[in-house]
Amino acid sequence: MAIVDKLGAALDNGAAGAILTSVDALADWSRGQSLWPMPMGTACCAMELIAASFSKFDFDRLGTFPRPDPRHTDVMVLAGTITEKMKPAVKRLYDQMPDPKWVVAMGNCTVPGGIFYYDTYSVVRGADSFLPVDVYISGCPPRPEALQDGILQLRELVRTESISRGKRHARNLLLPGAPAGASDGGGDAE
Amino acid sequence: MNLDELQHRLSELSPVLAPFFSLEFGDAVVGVSSDKLLETARELREIGFDRLGMVTAVDRGEFLTLVYRLQSRSLSSALFVKTKVSPAEPHVASLFEVWPAANWQEREVFDLFGIVFDGHPDLRRIMLPDDFDGHPLRKDYDNPAMIRRPDYI
Repeated sequence: MAIVDKLGAALDNGAAGAILTSVDALADWSRGQSLWPMPMGTACCAMELIAASFSKFDFDRLGTFPRPDPRHTDVMVLAGTITEKMKPAVKRLYDQMPDPKWVVAMGNCTVPGGIFYYDTYSVVRGADSFLPVDVYISGCPPRPEALQDGILQLRELVRTESISRGKRHARNLLLPGAPAGASDGGGDAE
Repeated sequence: MNLDELQHRLSELSPVLAPFFSLEFGDAVVGVSSDKLLETARELREIGFDRLGMVTAVDRGEFLTLVYRLQSRSLSSALFVKTKVSPAEPHVASLFEVWPAANWQEREVFDLFGIVFDGHPDLRRIMLPDDFDGHPLRKDYDNPAMIRRPDYI
């Protein structure tokens, strides 16, 4: 357990908000700038994920750099249909990722099952049946811009998360990266 | 090699198989009964059909049709071998010893249609989870966990 998590657990029981806010700001600033995805490409959405990470769409300008090793990554991008046969492998890779970790469900197949929703004996209808999904991106497949927008939404989520479990705070904290008055959770200036 | 030439060559190379040769929708087909399948396969391999491209099956209701697609480099041609299998007793000889490529292909047919290939070295499911119940490409397959498509979609 990381030291910030220990601190967060200690502060769970109604401790001083001022200290927590500063620690939150530091933790969120360090976590939210550069989310490295684990590209869990199980079907055709992986092509868009690959396109998003190469030079034309350039994922790297968001600090997002796909790594093939779950132990290097913060966010699992579920790109493609997940079958019952694949489900244990996806779960295992998710379990291998270090905390804190997030999940982006990319494409219709991972949101409700997509075109495989009806009459299927082999497809998992919705990745949220076995993983805690944070951001859903619809589309069949979504364009690379949609995926990048999903990552920006996730960054917003990460930056408003409190290390104290289950709590959220307004967007704007002490550290740079967030312009004053942007506390509504809207547009992030790159 | 076109189909007439193939038929001619087949009657030259293998008079035993020639009566089973036919044309279906512009494809060359050798239709045999399931107990003759293994010797037919050996014969076809002997005369030059050295590549097994595909194994699949069709559920026709009263029977299952097992379909093999063979290709030949020496004859520059391809043909289908078809055989009928009873759905109640779905046993047929494995062609693994003739074409090793049959290994995974027959596992797939076993997985989805439930046809048992006698003599197969490792007949397990290949596409579906090991604990899956039933053979889903059979017409009579039903799974209560499936959500049925409504009529209006």
